[in-house]
Parts: sequence; C-alpha cells; structure tokens
Amino acid sequence: MNPPALRRPFSRVRSYGIVLVVVGTIVLVLALVLAAGGFDVSTAFGALLCGAGGSSYAIFSATLVRAVPLIFTGLAVAVAFQGGILNIGAEGQLLAGAAAAAATALAVGESLGSGAIWLGAMAAALAGAAWAAVPALLRRRFGVLEVISTIMMNFVALYGVGYLVRGPLQEPTHIYPQSASIPEATRLPWLLPGTRLHAGFVLALVAVAIAWYVLRFTAAGFRLRVVGANPAAAASAGKIRVESVVTRAFLASGALAGIAGGVEVYGVTYALYENLSPGYGYTAIAVALLAGLQPAYIIVSGVFLGALGAGAASMQREAGVPLALVSVVEAMIILAIVGGRVLLSRRQLPSAEAGS
Amino acid sequence: MNDALTPFLEATVRTATPLAFAALGETLSERAGVINVGLEGVIIAGCFGAVVAAGAGGVALGLLGGSLAGLAAALVFGTFAVGLRTDQIITGTALTLGALGLTGTLYHAMYGTAGAALSIPTMRPFAIPVLSQIPFLGPALFAQPAMTYLLYLTIGLVWWFLYRTHTGLAVRAVGEHPEAAEAAGINPMRVQWAAILAGGALGGLSGATLVLAQVGTFAEGMSAGRGFIAIAIVALGRWHPLGVGLAAVLFGAASALQYLFQSTGSTLPYQLFLALPYVLTLVVLAGGTSRARAPAALGRRALAIR
Repeated sequence: MNPPALRRPFSRVRSYGIVLVVVGTIVLVLALVLAAGGFDVSTAFGALLCGAGGSSYAIFSATLVRAVPLIFTGLAVAVAFQGGILNIGAEGQLLAGAAAAAATALAVGESLGSGAIWLGAMAAALAGAAWAAVPALLRRRFGVLEVISTIMMNFVALYGVGYLVRGPLQEPTHIYPQSASIPEATRLPWLLPGTRLHAGFVLALVAVAIAWYVLRFTAAGFRLRVVGANPAAAASAGKIRVESVVTRAFLASGALAGIAGGVEVYGVTYALYENLSPGYGYTAIAVALLAGLQPAYIIVSGVFLGALGAGAASMQREAGVPLALVSVVEAMIILAIVGGRVLLSRRQLPSAEAGS
Repeated sequence: MNDALTPFLEATVRTATPLAFAALGETLSERAGVINVGLEGVIIAGCFGAVVAAGAGGVALGLLGGSLAGLAAALVFGTFAVGLRTDQIITGTALTLGALGLTGTLYHAMYGTAGAALSIPTMRPFAIPVLSQIPFLGPALFAQPAMTYLLYLTIGLVWWFLYRTHTGLAVRAVGEHPEAAEAAGINPMRVQWAAILAGGALGGLSGATLVLAQVGTFAEGMSAGRGFIAIAIVALGRWHPLGVGLAAVLFGAASALQYLFQSTGSTLPYQLFLALPYVLTLVVLAGGTSRARAPAALGRRALAIR
C-alpha cells in the first residue's frame, strides 16, 4: 500500500529521463484528444503557450497567481505522502480553510485591520487541520482507508460551503450564493504594480522553506520519512510511535491545504463561494508527485501546473477547448510518473520491487 | 404516512441500483486483491459511453456502450496496476481524474459548450404482475426499471460464481494469498486481470444504469462520488455479494431521504441531505466494518513470485 518507489529519491539523469518521457507522451496524447474533439490543434497549442507564458500578464497575473494555491496544496500532499498517508482531501481542507478565513475577515476585519489577515491565516490552518482530523482519527482508531474518507470529506466541504454561502455567510442582499466581499484591510498587498500577483506567493515560498527545513533537518522530519519508508522498522528498530507521527503529519498536511484556501480568499477571490477552487486539491497530487515529494521542487512543479491551468483557460477562450482537459493532462502526468518509475527502477534494480 | 413512504422506498431501490452494480464489480476485483479506487472514473466512463451509444441506437446499445466504456477504463487501470504493478491507490486516483476530465472534454466537444440537455431514450419502470402488489415493499422492489431486476440476477450470479465455481475459488485464493494460489497452479496476474475487467464492465453498467434508468441525461462529473461510496459499500457488505446488495440499499435510502424531506416540507437546509450519503460513508467505515474480513492481499503491490 505504501510504495517505496514513490519516495525513493532519483538520480538526476533518471529524473530528466522521466520528465522527457512524461512531456513527450503528454503532448502527443493532448494533440490526439484535441484532434478527436474536432479542435484546431495548432491554434489550441498556441493559446496554451501564450496564456501560460506569452506575456508578462500571463506570467505574473495568471500562471504565478495559480501557482500559489498549488504550491501550498502540493506541499500538503507531499508532507502526507512522505509519511505514507494518501491524503486526497486537500480540496476539502482548502475549502474549510477558505470558509474559516472568509468568516474571520468578515467578523473582525473592520476592527482589527490587517492584523485580521494573520488571525484569518491561523483560522484557515486550524480549519484545514480539523478537516484532516476526521480521516486521521478514522485511520488511527478504525483503520479506515484515508483515500475514501478524505474524498468523502471533500464532498462534505463542498456542500458545507454551499450551505454557508446561502445561509449564515450569504452577502447582505441575499441574491447571490456567495459571501460579502472582505474588507480592504484584509486583502493581501500586491507584489508587483500592475499585476495580480499578491503577497501569498512569498508566503508560499516561506512555507516551502519551512517544510524543507523540517523534513530535512529536524528529528520530526526524520521520523516522518522513516515511518513513510517502513512503518514496521520505524516502530521496532527506531522506537518511533508510528501512529502519533502519522496523525501529526496528517494534521500538518490539512493545515497547509487550509492556508491555501485562506490565501486564495485574501489574495484572489476576496469572497467565499462554491467554485472557489478549480480542483487545486486534486491537481496538488500531480504537483507533489512531479516534484518527487521534495519541497524545493514543488515550487517548480507548482509553477508548471499553474502555467498549465493558465494556458488551459486561454485555450478555452481562444479555441473553445473545455477546461476539463486539464484533468486529463494531470492524470497522464501521474500515470506517467508512477509507470515510468517502475519501468526505470526495474531496469536498474531488478529486485527493488519485490516485497512491499 | 404511506403516501410519503412508498415513493421513498421506490427512490431508495432506484438510487441503490447503480450503486450496487458498481459495488458488485468492485467486490470481484477486491476479492482478487485489487482495490480499484478508479471505480469513480469507471462509472463516469460508463455514463458517457451509455449516452453516446443510446443516442445512436437506443437503450440496449446504451447498456452495451456503457459496459464497454467501463471496460476500457478498467483496461487502463489494469495496464498500470497489474501490468506494471504501480501503486493501486494512486493509479486509481489518476484514472478517476483522467476519466472525469476526458468525459467532460468529449461531452463539450460533441454536444456543444452550452451542454444542451440531451434527449436520449430511457428505461421506464416495469411493474411485475402480482409481486408489485405486495403492500409497502411490492412497488419498491418490483415496479422498477428492468435494470433493477437485472441487478437481482447479477447478485445471485456473483454469489454463485464466487462460492460455487472453481474460478471463483481461484479469485478468492488470489485475494487472500497470491503466492499460495500460484503454487496451486493458478496464474494470479491473469485472475486479477479478469477480475478487474469484469469489475470494469459492471462499473460501466452502473454508469449506464445511472444515465438510462435514473437521470436520463449526461452531466459533467455526474458520478458525484458514487465510485467511492461503492467502495465503502463493499466494505460494509463484508466483500459478500448479498451483504453488498443490502449495504447498497442503506446508501440508496440515505440519498432518497432528500425526497422524503422535500415532500414533508422540511425547513432544514437541503445541503444537509445532499451531504448525508458522504457522511454516512464515513460513519459506516468507522463503525460497520472490520479490517479482519478484507481479503488479506488487498491492495498489495508486489507479488513475491512472478
């Protein structure tokens, strides 16, 4: 259930090999799907590239803005996967964080001013952790597969937000299913004048640095990696309390995803509504796997998949290609990585796959 | 009371039917030691296949199209999970993501971005004489679209297959101890492949049922977590076809509750009822299942012998 191949670090040459195979396959299949759907392939690819990086607007206001929640949620998934926890619930944890952040800003934003941002970020982290606490508890007490429970929590979060924006948090006129706009003081400042890139990008980089430090240099990070690599050995040889390490990592993962939601509300949407996230929590799986679960590389893979999302939005505008195509690409990335790793490790280490 | 209860029971069985088909398929693959978390993707593929085929050639072709689409999705899963021995959970998650995206893309491409409501032939309820006259349960069990009757048959067939045939014994052996099964002359890879494909066909049939006997059209993401609920149903039903059938009814009831409360004029927020099946899944997984009964080799990635 916890594949060593997911966590095993790869040599540089092999990593480049994987990336080449992945990109080549994906471009080919993408072209085939586009052609099968009756779209103009060259127009679509042109729009994809322009929308992702064709102008400074595309880079700073589309790609990097989308990268922020992907870096946070990608980190969330990576921290969980490092410990052998298959947290597929970043989407729900993000929504819980967004709801908590919006509620905080609307409640105390006027009185506390920008101080409410920090309070809101804490609320978002707590809400995300609380959302992850349910599957964490179910796994610890009853051995429930977290894949199922986290996905169920995603649906509950979606309907929960649906209820909030039609009930307690609905905007004052009670017409639209969304919350009121949060006060000016609680909105994150811009990083570059004339673009939509907000301070959340810096926060994401700080989160990466912290995660990198904790995983690499602290005892807690070491324990997490040992548990992820081999829980039985961690318990018997390392005297590690596996269950408590897993629970804490699960909560930390939820907190990171919750912050993603809070930052999204304070930096981009300025209000709570149901379609706040175009599936960032699911894309996060591709972000984390593409980065080999290494925090530093998550910046790269987050920006890459942010660019893909930005490019897809432009493909929809320019060539009428449905946004759903992004999920196909993400699925192919994930399959190519897990499949490619097995093939590569088989060639180099014939016995590595036996006995998981 | 009877006025509200009879439609509620009917809705319970109607919503339970696609869940049960998918859960029976998953029972087969889990009994062979493979957990297909991509069942959600298999179902949405079945939905889409059914819409395309039924639009072209009627209900029967729709059922065939749904099954074949589910089979194709399972083929992708099997290629990675059995052929390459990739992690079953991550592979399944990717399959779900990809199938949701692909069906959404093709739907928009084929039927326009507006997603105009498709008119496809659907299956009307067919009351079985005499049996449907039984008070309370008669209309719920025996005045349903033909898919429900096919489901009763399928439950029996899966039970007979798993517990009364040599091949069924082989499936269960592979799920418990693939190395022992191999020593007994069974090819575990082949058994797992067959179980995954059969599960895919049933999952596709589940999607077709959803489209042809329940909703009557296609919508992006219309599987709405049913694949994951079906996996919970398998655990609640303790990997036994009859138990799985009963567990599906429980989840059908949870979904049908919203109709009951609508008809009684409840003022509770409707999101509460929409979220109920998912919450129930969590409760059931926590309380109603024990790990001891799961096939011992479930989800195992590597077979020691190859």
